[in-house]
Amino acid sequence: MADTPKIQLRDVAKSFGRKVVLNGIDLDVGVGESVVIIGGSGTGKSVMLKSILGLMTPDRGSIKVDGEEVIGMSTSERERVNHKFGMLFQGAALFDSLPVWENVSFGLLAEKRCDRKQAHEIAVQKLAQVGMNADVADLMPAELSGGMQKRVGLARAIAADPEIIFFDEPTTGLDPIMADVINDLIVKVTREVGATALSITHDMASARKIANRVAMLFEGKIIWQGPVEDIDHSGNAHVDQFIHGKADGPIQMAVRA
Amino acid sequence: MNPLQAIGRVFLKFLGTTGRLISFMTLGLSHIVRPPYYPRIILRQMIDIGYYSLPVVGLTAVFAGMVLALQSYTGFSRFSAEGAIANVVVLSITRELGPVLAGLMVAGRIGASLAAEIGTMRVTEQIDALTTLSTNPMKYLVTPRLIAGITMFPLLVLVADVIGVFGGYLVAVYKLGFNPANYLQNTWDFLTAEDVNSGLVKAAVFGFIVSLMGCYHGYNSKGGAQGVGTATTNAVVSASILILCSDYILTEMFFAK
Repeated sequence: MADTPKIQLRDVAKSFGRKVVLNGIDLDVGVGESVVIIGGSGTGKSVMLKSILGLMTPDRGSIKVDGEEVIGMSTSERERVNHKFGMLFQGAALFDSLPVWENVSFGLLAEKRCDRKQAHEIAVQKLAQVGMNADVADLMPAELSGGMQKRVGLARAIAADPEIIFFDEPTTGLDPIMADVINDLIVKVTREVGATALSITHDMASARKIANRVAMLFEGKIIWQGPVEDIDHSGNAHVDQFIHGKADGPIQMAVRA
Repeated sequence: MNPLQAIGRVFLKFLGTTGRLISFMTLGLSHIVRPPYYPRIILRQMIDIGYYSLPVVGLTAVFAGMVLALQSYTGFSRFSAEGAIANVVVLSITRELGPVLAGLMVAGRIGASLAAEIGTMRVTEQIDALTTLSTNPMKYLVTPRLIAGITMFPLLVLVADVIGVFGGYLVAVYKLGFNPANYLQNTWDFLTAEDVNSGLVKAAVFGFIVSLMGCYHGYNSKGGAQGVGTATTNAVVSASILILCSDYILTEMFFAK
């Protein structure tokens, strides 16, 4: 079915004790689409992403990947679904005991899709795709700058040619130029791989660059979603305040005197 | 708060922790017989836990043996029973001091290192990254360390037994003036297979405890650097206490008439 969304969330809710983080999320991500979830810190963006990836179990609701319900799946079924995923973590989350090339081709080696020699060659190819030289392949992650670690993380995310790539705050902690380089790379590699992308960020420059569609999360719900071109005239006061970064507006930050 | 309520709360927390630990242990052990296996990681852990602990265990054992011979001589000479020193040294080392001292020393070295390594992987999202790369973190991180702990501790204790007896020999022969041939003959005559075997079984149990505690506390660490620090402390303290408790239970099982 061509109309089946790649990812579909219905009434997804998650609480930690009395704190309600997700309060009935409904979201569809179509095939080949790049959706960016925006929202302030602590609004549940990461919890939503982790729920889709199977790193957290929602309290209620439904999450479907290619029309297949993933909540309540067995570990082995979950691993099968996770084969479709690539993920760029906020801090890159590179394995610091392994060299760069082994980080990049980790998923391929884990799934025994190739031997170590081939894995090294694939890693070098993927590093080239994100603009890195072959001599980086044998370095350890601790020897790389933050921006380079993000690029290696991106190379790892695309190494197994995933169908869906998740980006968790891809530009956080980077200078504006490196952030733009990462944004360009995300757009480029997502197109090259032909993947669907779901990103979370509070960096509007990043959202504008990588999104086809933007959704805003506030108090555990999607309060607005639409094409990225419409974001400047959304007609939603919350969205306006967020994208212009104003202190005054309906979103009130808890600030201690 | 009502004192009974406080006691009840502590008791419930204890039961919860015990349940989580048993569940973690069962899951970790169950992966020993379920593929895929990671021989390269198991070997690396064996080298870390076994080979690199040799200096610590060797030094501990040699001084324990030397002190034991000296102290036994001081006491036994009051009853003209100096001839029993060789017997006391070999019995104490193989049955108790070898496994317990090696266990406690390696609990400090390996328990702390495992908790810090896995704890850092937890707080930097490396464990989440494993899941997204279709790799079961229990199978990849915990099971190889449990296998290495169970198999390497008996070998370490065997080395500790030999070095400890040698320490006693050094003091007895070069300081107390015992005849070397008689000392070795007494040692050999008094030693039974049961003494060595009981020590090796204890060592396997202690190895399991140290690895389990390191992995459990690291895997469940929360927060940042402080969380990893707490996990490291808890791993060493809980492993040390459990070693001493299980030592009594095992001694009761082996030697109680």
